[in-house]
Amino acid sequence: MRRRPFFWLLVYLALSLLAVFYLVPIYVLVVNALKDYREVSVEAMWRLPAHLSLASFAKAWFGDPASGMTGLGQNFLNSVKLVVPAVILSVLLGSINGYVLAQWRFRGSETLFFLLLFGMFIPYQSILIPLVKVLMALHLYGTIPGLVLTHVVYGIPITTLIFRNYYAQIPRELVDAAQIDGAAVLGVYRHVILPLSAPGTVVAVIWQFTQIWNDFLFGVVITNKPDVQPITVALNNLAGSFIVEWNVQMAGALLAALPTLLVYVFMGRYFIRGLLAGSVKG
Amino acid sequence: MRRYRRVAFLLLAPSLLLIALFVYGFIAWTGWLSLTNQNDLFVPHVRFVGLSNYLRLFHHPRFLIDLKNTLTFSLIFIPGSLVLGLVGALLLNTGVRAEGLFRTVFLMPMALSFIVTGVAWRWLMNPTSGLNLIFDALGLGFLKSGWYTDPAVGIKAVALAAVWQLSGYTMALYLAGLRAIPQVFYEAAEVDGASPWQAFRYITLPLLTPVTLSAVIVLGHISLKIFDLVIAIAGISGGPAFSSDVPALFMFVTTFQANRFAQGAAISIVLLVLVSFLVIPYLYWSLRREVAE
Repeated sequence: MRRRPFFWLLVYLALSLLAVFYLVPIYVLVVNALKDYREVSVEAMWRLPAHLSLASFAKAWFGDPASGMTGLGQNFLNSVKLVVPAVILSVLLGSINGYVLAQWRFRGSETLFFLLLFGMFIPYQSILIPLVKVLMALHLYGTIPGLVLTHVVYGIPITTLIFRNYYAQIPRELVDAAQIDGAAVLGVYRHVILPLSAPGTVVAVIWQFTQIWNDFLFGVVITNKPDVQPITVALNNLAGSFIVEWNVQMAGALLAALPTLLVYVFMGRYFIRGLLAGSVKG
Repeated sequence: MRRYRRVAFLLLAPSLLLIALFVYGFIAWTGWLSLTNQNDLFVPHVRFVGLSNYLRLFHHPRFLIDLKNTLTFSLIFIPGSLVLGLVGALLLNTGVRAEGLFRTVFLMPMALSFIVTGVAWRWLMNPTSGLNLIFDALGLGFLKSGWYTDPAVGIKAVALAAVWQLSGYTMALYLAGLRAIPQVFYEAAEVDGASPWQAFRYITLPLLTPVTLSAVIVLGHISLKIFDLVIAIAGISGGPAFSSDVPALFMFVTTFQANRFAQGAAISIVLLVLVSFLVIPYLYWSLRREVAE
């Protein structure tokens, strides 16, 4: 269909308005985080900084011993220590489950898949109390390994779903051919499925990385001590504190957002695939 | 062959066990807890008390406010995300240049945590700063609001931030849906002399219905579970007069601050039942549809 210039003018105008809507909060965070504390005031929120200063970021990261404020640096590292093992383990489990459910359907496997998927939608409040009690009994309450275990378990449904949908596209003939060559279930996985897994794995890794990095509920319930808390929990404490200036809060928010934002900007395509997978069947 | 399937099942077993225990076992545990009197750190005689925790809940003013807030939140959040998502997807699908750039910007909030969103919006909706300054500058003073600090607004302010954060999700869904509509439909409509509006009304919208349904279910269950964003914007108290409070936050405070475990368990079971009403038919329907294909 051929369109007139006026049409395109309207389209670009509307797109730009939407872009402003989505960028305004980011603008406010960035502009104020780059201001020196002397420049910060509620009336001047929208103004660009007169001169750039990284002091807010430094204070958000290192804290300020004089006023008893702890920085987010330790919590950032806690999140890294949490995310790396949790992502690796939950992606491994998801890959194996997805392979079985896509290529080795058995009687009742659809029902099991349904029961697995339901775990993705439950309000986690309905498992929190037993979870805390079990983690306490295992001496994992209040620790990063406890959080890793939690994220691995509750990540099983989504990673299984991502891999199952991905492996379902692998032609059955490939699996059959490998079997004729004498490969059994695990052999097929190693020689046929794994070499083809890269794109699905990237989707699952990015999705789990974003979800676990951004989680707040499990973090706030399972880690009670500030020195083991992940960054989202520490940021929320920082933002709720009256002694912390708001330019520092905004710098802290950007520090907390940086890893997932970078992954999104550079690998957004895969992120969106994970997003669509989460709606079961788009 | 049968031996193979046994091996396959064994590979699945660890995950199945974990889910059986951590999802279904824990839900059953929570369900049982909600029927007992464990409403303190140390309860010497744990007793079965029937539905009394639930009955108390439905007479509890705070819980009734929470349910009303959840409804208010959904009525802004769901239509807001649907409309913004559809408009954005239609615009992106016109074949504009720089589509990728705009799409990256529109979906960016999805990559952020609710807490980060909360920090930004708490300041944007600060009564003496942020959006109110803009309204003043534009001569739109009547739009100024106390936002989350005004009990009459409360949860509506949180819903606005939620639309900002999650409308990218519906946009991605709609964009995928639009791309799946065969171009020949539109060509045929043009040959038949249909106007662009008619093509949208009689081809695009009906073919997007399954997408809309998926989006409503997913957004609806997010509305029921919303928690992080409320804490980050209104704080753990749920705002003045509980005007931003939601069941998930009430559960958190009841359980982990007041140590009223049985009462907290009851709230979470109510939430679970509400979510199940939405999600179980949806899961059943989408898995069915998949088998049929």
